[in-house]
Amino acid sequence: MDEAPAGTPRPGQSDDAVDGVIRTRALTKRYRGGQLAVDRLDLTVPKGSVFGFLGPNGSGKTTTIRMLMGLIEPTSGTAHVLGHPVPRAARTVLPHVGALIEGPALYGFLSGRDNLLRYDAADPTADPRTRTARVAAALDRVGLTAAAGKKAKAYSLGMKQRLGLAAALLRPRKLLVLDEPTNGLDPQGMREIRSLVRQLASDGTTVFVSSHLLDEIEQMCTHAAVMTHGRLVTQGPVAELAAGARGRLVVTTPDAGEAARVLKEQGVGDLVVTGDRVSGQVPKRDLAEVNAALVTAGVRVRGFGVQRASLEDAFVALTGEGFDVAG
Amino acid sequence: MSRAETAGPAAGTTGSSPAAHPLWTLGLLRSELATVFRRWRTRALLGVLAAVPVLVGVAVRIETRDGSPAGGEGPPFIAQVSNNGLFLVFTALAATLPFFLPMAVGVVAGDAIAGEASAGTLRYLLVAPAGRTRLLLTKSAAVLAFCLAATFVVAVVALGAGAVLFPVGDLTTISGTRIGFGEGLWRALLIALVVAASLIGIAALGLFVSTLTDSGIAAMATTVGLLIGMQIVDQIPQLHAVHPYLVSHYWLSFADLMREPVLWDDLVKNLELQALYAAVFGSAAWARFTTRDVTV
Ligand SMILES: Nc1ncnc2c1ncn2[C@@H]1O[C@H](COP(=O)(O)OP(=O)(O)O)[C@@H](O)[C@H]1O
Ligand SMILES: [Mg+2]
Repeated sequence: MDEAPAGTPRPGQSDDAVDGVIRTRALTKRYRGGQLAVDRLDLTVPKGSVFGFLGPNGSGKTTTIRMLMGLIEPTSGTAHVLGHPVPRAARTVLPHVGALIEGPALYGFLSGRDNLLRYDAADPTADPRTRTARVAAALDRVGLTAAAGKKAKAYSLGMKQRLGLAAALLRPRKLLVLDEPTNGLDPQGMREIRSLVRQLASDGTTVFVSSHLLDEIEQMCTHAAVMTHGRLVTQGPVAELAAGARGRLVVTTPDAGEAARVLKEQGVGDLVVTGDRVSGQVPKRDLAEVNAALVTAGVRVRGFGVQRASLEDAFVALTGEGFDVAG
Repeated sequence: MSRAETAGPAAGTTGSSPAAHPLWTLGLLRSELATVFRRWRTRALLGVLAAVPVLVGVAVRIETRDGSPAGGEGPPFIAQVSNNGLFLVFTALAATLPFFLPMAVGVVAGDAIAGEASAGTLRYLLVAPAGRTRLLLTKSAAVLAFCLAATFVVAVVALGAGAVLFPVGDLTTISGTRIGFGEGLWRALLIALVVAASLIGIAALGLFVSTLTDSGIAAMATTVGLLIGMQIVDQIPQLHAVHPYLVSHYWLSFADLMREPVLWDDLVKNLELQALYAAVFGSAAWARFTTRDVTV
């Protein structure tokens, strides 16, 4: 598959100075059960990007993130985060990284504030003199100041998710790694998290966010990588990925059946009729001729145009399968 | 294979790389102690341990109401309790050391890592980054603190109950000599420390088991199961060859501190055995925890 230009390793680079906030080379993980979860992954996350890591459930997103965070040992290949090799230099790197991995995990018997105090105390580079102030600021940032004294087990899922985000924001971070941060949330909760991510990104923090939702990545991200079955399908700026897939010709008409017949004659393939909407692959010939043929055949055309390709179209084009089938 | 343990500030290309402050690393220990002792389960265990000396004291008081000495079978020293409340300390420790104390330690130690794993909080401690060795050392220190706290809860409550229910004063050692009440208190403190130290072995074993599984319940049950198993083996004469290596084998040697002069042989053997368990299972826990995949 195509690799984005940024992913090309430059010759002569030392091991400790590498491009990209995250860079992996042939990163592979086979779990002890024998499951090949990540297969020779070459990923390059540019500085300052909001990088969407997209793939259906089971495609290896969480496994990749676990390797990047030093939680599991790669079977083979290398990974660098902020220029340092992981998991070897994880303790040097991780104070600069905020992470939300596979949902929040909290001490239910502690208050929201005490949860954050504990996670901050776990970081040996975090100054205890500023601890309470930083915890208060993080709570404020995610809008949990009022609920800070409540026991975490009494939090709603959305509040737990926000507290998890607050833990990732205890210190100024160079990189935020968010694994499916909107999973399980209602639409309102999803909107809150997304707007928070956008705010954080606008501060210049690089955000690496995984999701199995295409529209979420399209809404939030500047760059994206697409995974399926543990392999990287493509990566690059979102606009380029979508442009890579051809859009579809869409005709809106009350005479849908007749329109479909004429379009077929005109060489439009993969026709789909839904109500008064007929869509198909964009033909090679001049679209003006196609439109004229429709009108000549007496089709009453209300709308005629090419719809921009979505990331989903790109995904389908690249993998030859729908987005939700892999698993 | 050491993962995430080479904390050396490599190359410094991360820019303003924050350095780990030697004192700040103790913050995790403070947090750990607070977390352990704020858990409802910890408090329940300590509550049960506190109840034992009270129950024993009250039972002895009722039995000896008519002036007859407490007789028959029972934990060591129980016959002397009605004459001198200080003996309730020794009786309560002797009554809790075979099961209640090590069970409580097994629960807390077994839960130490596995409980964080099953709650998912382990991954967040590790990405904080707590550091695997530092986290394990912190957990060990907190479990040892619990051994001490549990023992002292029994001893202090026993001392209080003994003083309330019975007369206190000079006491007679096992060897028949008399020692003053002050000297008796010192012996009680020493015995409590030895009992706490006797729990080190099961604490190390529990911590090791805790690194093997992602289920806190399984780790607690396994540790307590191993404890019971060892005590059963210790009762089977045909298996005497392994007896000296069972963590509980020399536990009741603390009574030798009540001899005059003190009989050190078994006391020393007990402490050596506890140190051996700490070394073996501590290393095993470290080897396992610093290399394992944390996928929960
Ligand atoms: N701890 C594990 N042990 C064995 N297999 C695992 C483990 N975690 C995940 N897998 C498998 O690895 C594959 C990738 O999983 P995962 O990384 O969780 O995907 P995603 O986060 O994209 O949903 C799946 O097939 C999953 O079943
Ligand atoms: Mg996942």
